[in-house]
Amino acid sequence: MAQAAQIPAASDQPMIELSAVNKWYGQFHVLKDINLTVYTGERIVVCGPSGSGKSTMIRCINRLEEHQKGRIVVDGAELTHDLKKIEQVRREVGMVFQHFNLFPHLTVLENLTLAPIWVRKMPKKEAEEVAMTYLKRVKIPEQAAKYPGQLSGGQQQRVAIARSLCMNPKVMLFDEPTSALDPEMIKEVLDVMIELAKSGMTMICVTHEMGFARTVANRVIFMDRGEIIEQNEPEEFFKNPKSERTRLFLSQILHH
Amino acid sequence: MADTTANNNLNAQMEPGLRPSLPPPTIETGAIGWVRHNLFSGWLNTLLTVFAIYILYLVIPPFVSWAFINATWTVPPLAAGAADHPPQFGDCRANAGACWIFVEARLPQFIYGFYPAPERWRVDIVFVILALSVVGLLSERFKFKRQLGIFFFTAFPVLAFWLLYGGLGLEVVETRLWGGFMLTLILSGIGIVFSLPLGVLLALGRRSELPVVHMLCVLLIEFVRGVPLLTILFMANVMLPFFLPPGVEFNVLLRVLLGVTIFAAAYMAEVVRGGLQALPKGQYEGAMAMGLGYWQMMRLIILPQALRIAIPGIVNNFISLAQDTTLVAIVGLYDFLNIVRAGSRDTNWLGTEIEGYAFCALVYWVFCFAMSRYSMHLERKLHTGHKKR
Repeated sequence: MAQAAQIPAASDQPMIELSAVNKWYGQFHVLKDINLTVYTGERIVVCGPSGSGKSTMIRCINRLEEHQKGRIVVDGAELTHDLKKIEQVRREVGMVFQHFNLFPHLTVLENLTLAPIWVRKMPKKEAEEVAMTYLKRVKIPEQAAKYPGQLSGGQQQRVAIARSLCMNPKVMLFDEPTSALDPEMIKEVLDVMIELAKSGMTMICVTHEMGFARTVANRVIFMDRGEIIEQNEPEEFFKNPKSERTRLFLSQILHH
Repeated sequence: MADTTANNNLNAQMEPGLRPSLPPPTIETGAIGWVRHNLFSGWLNTLLTVFAIYILYLVIPPFVSWAFINATWTVPPLAAGAADHPPQFGDCRANAGACWIFVEARLPQFIYGFYPAPERWRVDIVFVILALSVVGLLSERFKFKRQLGIFFFTAFPVLAFWLLYGGLGLEVVETRLWGGFMLTLILSGIGIVFSLPLGVLLALGRRSELPVVHMLCVLLIEFVRGVPLLTILFMANVMLPFFLPPGVEFNVLLRVLLGVTIFAAAYMAEVVRGGLQALPKGQYEGAMAMGLGYWQMMRLIILPQALRIAIPGIVNNFISLAQDTTLVAIVGLYDFLNIVRAGSRDTNWLGTEIEGYAFCALVYWVFCFAMSRYSMHLERKLHTGHKKR
């Protein structure tokens, strides 16, 4: 709780707005009328059973998935088929994946400097300095010259976080960042994420780490079968879940 | 009491690492051990070993005596009273083995084809630049690789064309006079250099989400792959002129080059597509999520990895391309193989066909084997999965 106090409150400036977003995979209705506004500096944890559409939802925010109905506006730019807009949004939105998705043919440092150099047109030297700053922040500057394949899962995920941060994003999306990790490595990644939350970053995390949700989230969202069933402050969310489905889900994941 | 001490001593002696491990008995190692394990490990294996040795006995001694011991290496001194004559097959009659003076006498033609002798220095210059460039580009430590690469892919082709074809102060040598090893090198070299990028584009096009691009690439790839190279060469040679307005001449060599390159590119496209499909989707997503555009993503993230995966297939295609260039004989070009065959049909050299083919086989083998070794080296060098380069 002491940690929560240090975390800055969200502003009332909307950063991401999803209105009546619908998506289908063939016949399967993955997202049903999703309405969600994320404010600058807000930290949202999205949970729900697998197949509930939570990953799909955040992947729509940087257009890794395409929505078929409704509007998604990120930092003032609406996502449509306009490639320029899509790339603009992707520059401002960092994403951390379950399987890290580091580039195995590049060193850690090259992984970090690639996008700043090619997308932001930053000089190589400056990009490397920025990269080293973030590597220090995720506490692995000594691994800069190694290849991702030489690092542990936890280290790789921290590199992935640093890689996103090097683009100086306005929003960070986390898609089950600890699900592919061995248990002993989860903490080192969560620590980095908590650190990031304290710095005031706008974050949306799909995760089942309820301890993390309690510590950093302003809002916890529960999704099931493509719908947002319930959202609330973490304290209330865990203490008094309103819907039956939320209660069932929480009892299942908090049991062990 | 004494018993326990003895026991303790024994235990101490049995501790691992206390005494140096003894080497295994000689019967298990060394040459004898190897032979026992690998050649005579069972009755079937023994039988196969004996059979293989018998085959080698049948093949190797006669070959060695033909190719080396009984071979004619130099033109024998003129017999008394014989008329002076240029070297010919008759000079080899004294020996039962290979007549290597055929290769020696014909070597210039094997290399340059019908390129006029006084102008051959131009080809030599191209060969030397080519060889130096390839060595520089492939070596690990050469410092000016980038500059050399730019030179090799921009200025060198122009320079080489000027030197080989002529014009601007040099005597023009028509491409129909080009031949021999030089022609083979030009065909395979240009085929290799153009088929890879073209193949990459076709592979990307085939995976494109734009329906028109996708359809065109699929059509081209499947059409070309469905037709033998010979047919394509015939078509390039015979049919292409029908589609061109009358009066437009299209050089035979150029037509053949076009045919060979497109043919190789279609196969290359499928090899590259295999590499592209082997990459996990996460690599695309990781690149896209950072705002890289399509071409940046392909150039920086996807292709470097996909091409590395595809190296064995790519080099396989290069090798078969180099060998397929022999098919240009069918449209009347005298590539290396064809000119050697033509040489052994010369009345002075009737009977030297085997020597000619053996020489050709050796030269092709050296080049293709070198390519294959280099590709293996490249695969090891680019392997970053676990260890540092």
